[in-house]
Amino acid sequence: MSQVLSRLKTKLQEQEKEIAALKSKLAQLEKSHPSVLELHDKVTPLTPLKPKPALSNEDIMRYSRQLLLPELGVQGQLNLSKTSVLIVGCGGLGCPLAQYLAAAGIGRLGLLDYDEVELSNLHRQVLHGEENQGQAKALSAANAVRRLNSTVECIPYHLQLSTENALQLIQQYDIVADCSDNVPTRYLVNDACVLNGKPLVSASALRMEGQLTVYNYCGGPCYRCLYPRPPPPETVTNCSDGGVLGVVPGIMGCFQALEVIKIASGQGSSSSQQLVMFDAQDTRFRTIKLRPKQANCAVCGESPSVTKLVDYESFCGAAATDKCRRLNLLSRDQRITVQDYQSIKDKAELHLLLDVRPLVEVDICCLPSSLNIPLSSLEERKREHIQLFQERISQLKEQMAGDCQPPVYVICKQGNDSQKAVQILEKMSGSEVDSITVKDICGGLMAWAKKIDPAFPQY
Amino acid sequence: LTLIVCQNSHVYYIFDLSLCSGGAELLFNGVKEHHVTLPSHSEPWDIKQLLVWIQQNLLKERPELFVQGDSVRPGILVLINDADWELMGELDYKLQDQDNIVFISTLHGG
Repeated sequence: MSQVLSRLKTKLQEQEKEIAALKSKLAQLEKSHPSVLELHDKVTPLTPLKPKPALSNEDIMRYSRQLLLPELGVQGQLNLSKTSVLIVGCGGLGCPLAQYLAAAGIGRLGLLDYDEVELSNLHRQVLHGEENQGQAKALSAANAVRRLNSTVECIPYHLQLSTENALQLIQQYDIVADCSDNVPTRYLVNDACVLNGKPLVSASALRMEGQLTVYNYCGGPCYRCLYPRPPPPETVTNCSDGGVLGVVPGIMGCFQALEVIKIASGQGSSSSQQLVMFDAQDTRFRTIKLRPKQANCAVCGESPSVTKLVDYESFCGAAATDKCRRLNLLSRDQRITVQDYQSIKDKAELHLLLDVRPLVEVDICCLPSSLNIPLSSLEERKREHIQLFQERISQLKEQMAGDCQPPVYVICKQGNDSQKAVQILEKMSGSEVDSITVKDICGGLMAWAKKIDPAFPQY
Repeated sequence: LTLIVCQNSHVYYIFDLSLCSGGAELLFNGVKEHHVTLPSHSEPWDIKQLLVWIQQNLLKERPELFVQGDSVRPGILVLINDADWELMGELDYKLQDQDNIVFISTLHGG
């Protein structure tokens, strides 16, 4: 009996040893090739990248076509593998950038984005697929990159870059790429790069145009040297308002990848103190010589006033997102809700519905019986449009009995332009056109689609 | 907005305007190129005078989107012959025959 017991005990000990060995092997493997990427919601310290002593046979095969370039060569490839790059924004620029850096064998990629994947992103943010809708963009991008090259270490950050975390994050990377979509983030990234002494490869795109510059590199200027004061918020157009052809940020993101690879491999970038402009309409690149580093620059100058990160949203007077701003120009009694407008329609009350969006948006969708006069035409008092408007008001007055001010309801996409139009029409009422009662429909057609008619398209 | 300056027998300047870049052209009705004539001046035109002229002749609506004070608004970069105007004397630069002036609004989208 005791023999049996001791045999079992020995066997158990052996198997426990084996389990422990398997566990440690698994842990080691998971460390180098984690099976599930861990999404970071805060900045954590990273272990330094270890330089490879030599390329493996697999490396040689994988990178053979670029190893053949004397400009890169073995040393350039080894340099790439020990370089870490932080990509701020995994959108239209960040996706192709991450893709080409991973393909080329960069050592470590930090992929930062606070946002989730939406259907309207997919035409340009090419690392995300239909099945990734709702997923953190950073994670979706990291998974796509790892499918492409599992030897690249990917760290997805699902967080907003801020005054609190930017310095700690950026100091852990060798090169930073600004692929963001808003002005406050661009100043924040710039200042954090200057304070940490990191080169900043920056690009932007809108509609059919793109721009690229490498800042804070080899004694060249920083973003603030060029733009000491932020633009007035009303002059800034984002992609969700102005539109963008997907391939345009695609081209600019690839351009960023090129400059990052040249810096990381040791060739160096030629885009310091230089602005590359891309005109997609005319298929034309134009290279502009920029001013040198400015002695009076607030952050990289001789006696800087910005010595730590500041509040960039208040500096720029804008939020650090590319979501649409919500204007509030009117009083409560100058606005109605979409529900109010539905009941006006249901009761067949006489009125004029004025849609002030540009024609290109009216072509996408509109409410039947609306009259389209773009806000810009009202601002410029375009004669044929004002006449048309007056004709419709006159018709309404004929239909309505007695002395009255015909009601005009103004609508646009989100309810910002319509408020501006209400202000203009109120000024015109009684002088340039007959007296009218004019009200804004809060939230515009997107509120109509969300709250009243789910079959109405959203864009 | 691209402005190509020509001097024509001391009578007037002919401007070949091509408007491009960063949406600046949208302030000018989206027109990318057109030709205008600038009246003759005893002194050569400088950029400061040119901005006033553009404002009075090309940009009657919403000038605040283009100028601020006597200069361009923050976020617009001026190029003189494919170089940053900071390298050329900014507002005081004297226009010369065949000069090429470009106004770019900085893009921020991504």
